[in-house]
Amino acid sequence: MNFFREISSKPWLESQSAIDDTHHGGAFTLPSVTIGLRVFLGVVTVLFSLSVVAYSDRMTLADWRPVPEPTLMWLNIVVLFASSVAMQWSVISARRGRTANVEIGMLVGGALALAFLAGQLLMVRQMDALGYFTPTNPALAFLYMLSAMHGVHLLGGLVAWGRTVMRIWGGHEAHQVRMSVELCAFYWHFLLVVWLLLFVWFSIT
Amino acid sequence: MVDVTPEKVEYVGPAEVPEVDLYHAKTWWTKYVFSQDAKVIAIQYSGTAVAVGLVGLVLSWLMRLQLGFPEFFSFISPDLYLQFVTMHGMIMVIYLLTALFLGGFGNYLIPLMVGARDMVFPFVNMVSYWVYLLAVLVLLSSFFVPGGPTGAGWTLYPPQAILSGTPGSGAGIILMLVSLALFIVGFTMGGLNYVVTVLQARTRGMTLMRMPLTVWGIFTATVLALLAFPALFVSAIMMTLDSVLGTSFFMPAIVEFGEQLQYGGGSPVLFQHLFWFFGHPEVYIVALPAFGIVSDLLSVHARRNIFGYRMMVWAIVGIGALSFFVWAHHMYVSGMNPYFGFFFATTTLIIAVPTALKVYNWVLTLWRGDIHLTLPMLFAIAFIITFVNGGITGLFLGNVVVDVPLSDTMFVVAHFHMVMGVAPILVVFGAVYHWFPLMTGRMLNQAMGQFHFWVTFLGAYLIYFPMHYLGFVGVPRRYWEIGETNFIPDSAESLNAFITVAALVVGFAQVVFIYNILTSIFRGKVSERNPWKATSLEWQTTTVPPGHGNFGDELPVVYRWAYSYSVPGTVDDYTPQNVHPDDVVKIAAEQGGD
Repeated sequence: MNFFREISSKPWLESQSAIDDTHHGGAFTLPSVTIGLRVFLGVVTVLFSLSVVAYSDRMTLADWRPVPEPTLMWLNIVVLFASSVAMQWSVISARRGRTANVEIGMLVGGALALAFLAGQLLMVRQMDALGYFTPTNPALAFLYMLSAMHGVHLLGGLVAWGRTVMRIWGGHEAHQVRMSVELCAFYWHFLLVVWLLLFVWFSIT
Repeated sequence: MVDVTPEKVEYVGPAEVPEVDLYHAKTWWTKYVFSQDAKVIAIQYSGTAVAVGLVGLVLSWLMRLQLGFPEFFSFISPDLYLQFVTMHGMIMVIYLLTALFLGGFGNYLIPLMVGARDMVFPFVNMVSYWVYLLAVLVLLSSFFVPGGPTGAGWTLYPPQAILSGTPGSGAGIILMLVSLALFIVGFTMGGLNYVVTVLQARTRGMTLMRMPLTVWGIFTATVLALLAFPALFVSAIMMTLDSVLGTSFFMPAIVEFGEQLQYGGGSPVLFQHLFWFFGHPEVYIVALPAFGIVSDLLSVHARRNIFGYRMMVWAIVGIGALSFFVWAHHMYVSGMNPYFGFFFATTTLIIAVPTALKVYNWVLTLWRGDIHLTLPMLFAIAFIITFVNGGITGLFLGNVVVDVPLSDTMFVVAHFHMVMGVAPILVVFGAVYHWFPLMTGRMLNQAMGQFHFWVTFLGAYLIYFPMHYLGFVGVPRRYWEIGETNFIPDSAESLNAFITVAALVVGFAQVVFIYNILTSIFRGKVSERNPWKATSLEWQTTTVPPGHGNFGDELPVVYRWAYSYSVPGTVDDYTPQNVHPDDVVKIAAEQGGD
């Protein structure tokens, strides 16, 4: 859909009517659920972007101290990346009609996502043990808040993931769950990119 | 103006709109309570919004009683007064107007007007309402916690919002922030539905530019809300953490009652930026649906096509985009760089251009129209007048040098009540009188409606015109009592009493309005199927009120825009969107044959 072209048309003209009468109603050929997910991810992008803007504004003040980077953060990223890869493998399997592989990919992807969340919690505990858990350190407060926001989104994704796995266990074939698997994978990749960008941001500030 | 000559289309989609799998309720509970039907959800949203709005209305009466007769109401303490101010503001802006325009009108009208059976994600739509209801209950529960609701003002500025000197700085502010976060979660669910339904579920022939402006207004406002609410969400989370965990996102180093608090280094101005990045688009989140609805009311009741439809769409989209570049005009007295202020004053003036364009087009729609002074038309005209008044005082406040002396005075209160309180609510009233027959199959009582209109319209001016004057003489807002202040004349006191009486009378008119609705649902005069002879699809359903699935066995096919009124050569002065062109010609030919 070319939005600007559409809103430049003159619907009161008969010549335009001849074209408009053939319009099938939808703006995109993609399924509505895909459009819905993309719009939602747009909202989530705004949410994280504004948080980063707030972070940048806050870091200009005098009491700012950089965020420490425990090794576990790196490990967590690897786990989340692996989770995303497993999800993508599920997608490829679904497109090839291999239901068993779809199931394996989904289970591994979900398990790794849970491992990532556990790793994030462990990271906070480690930092606490090192004496970093002081809420008046604004950088840490941002780190914890953004980690929690990211984690909550991943938990939301796990709900959709759980429904898809249940459908597979309920006997649905690869082609029947393909859409759900694709959407899960897309969401996983998105959250991976968000966390990578946040990690880079924490590292350079 | 861009002239787009229609070109041959490269791709024509399938001729039939795929039918959706409608959820059919099997029990009374799933039909009327946990319903997935957008029309039921709309009524649930509207009922809840009006109920909580009545709480806001009562709060405004209490405030006015205190301001008008400060010696008589000893139970209204300064703390309580601030809590009334805060809760009134937040309830009216978020929980009434936003919920009513988007959750109420959006749910009811979008599927019907675009020719869809329902929203595209009905389950998510249902959850959206229940989360909204939860948000309202959490908000109202703050009246019953120790310390009461927050009294920080609807803008919730830190640091005062969470310092102990402010009423409701304990549980009150936490509940407010949690409620806002819940509201945003609920709205996001609903908003996804509105956007995707408009994009994907239109019926055959319903191009974007054939949609009624009501849908354009609600659609654009939803996009704005989806982009703006995250700012409020983030700030609500950050302030909750400041309050509960003692972080210092917004809290600077501060001494309270001689004691150094643990906070340090936070930026209260950062909160203001985040809040107003949401707060100014919020004005248009309320205004754009009102713009769209009023355009349709004017067109239908003046029997004329809307003047400059394409410009009206562009103006809605343009205002929506520009609304993200004006937020700091609410912060001229925050100590910002003057050049920064100059930038925002300029953008504020620029946004007046498309807004003025809409006003001109509304007036030109009336020009030589066959104006029917029905209640919806009266409210629509009242909206134009009120919006112009409120908009012009906005130009005062948009300029830094004028804003600074008027900041935090009653002038500001009068301005924003006119432009985003009275004006949109006049549209809500007009819309209710217009679509009530569709929703119930009955008409509202006209005599009570006339009383409601004239008292509300004239009464609003009796309230807010004098309030501008109070602001000019320096009466500050959010003051429990003016007391003896040298620069404020005694007449301010009598004027305050006058405003209070006017407010109570206008409030009574709203009670009459609600009584009218409640009685007309059961005893109102049975309406015709399409009493206003409107062209848009919501009036072309097989049954009135529309049943589950909205349309009959087949979805309507659209052949024209929604503004075919008084078209030369046709017998009727309106041609519905779904009437085949051959049928229109046939009617004209028969007439000619006579």
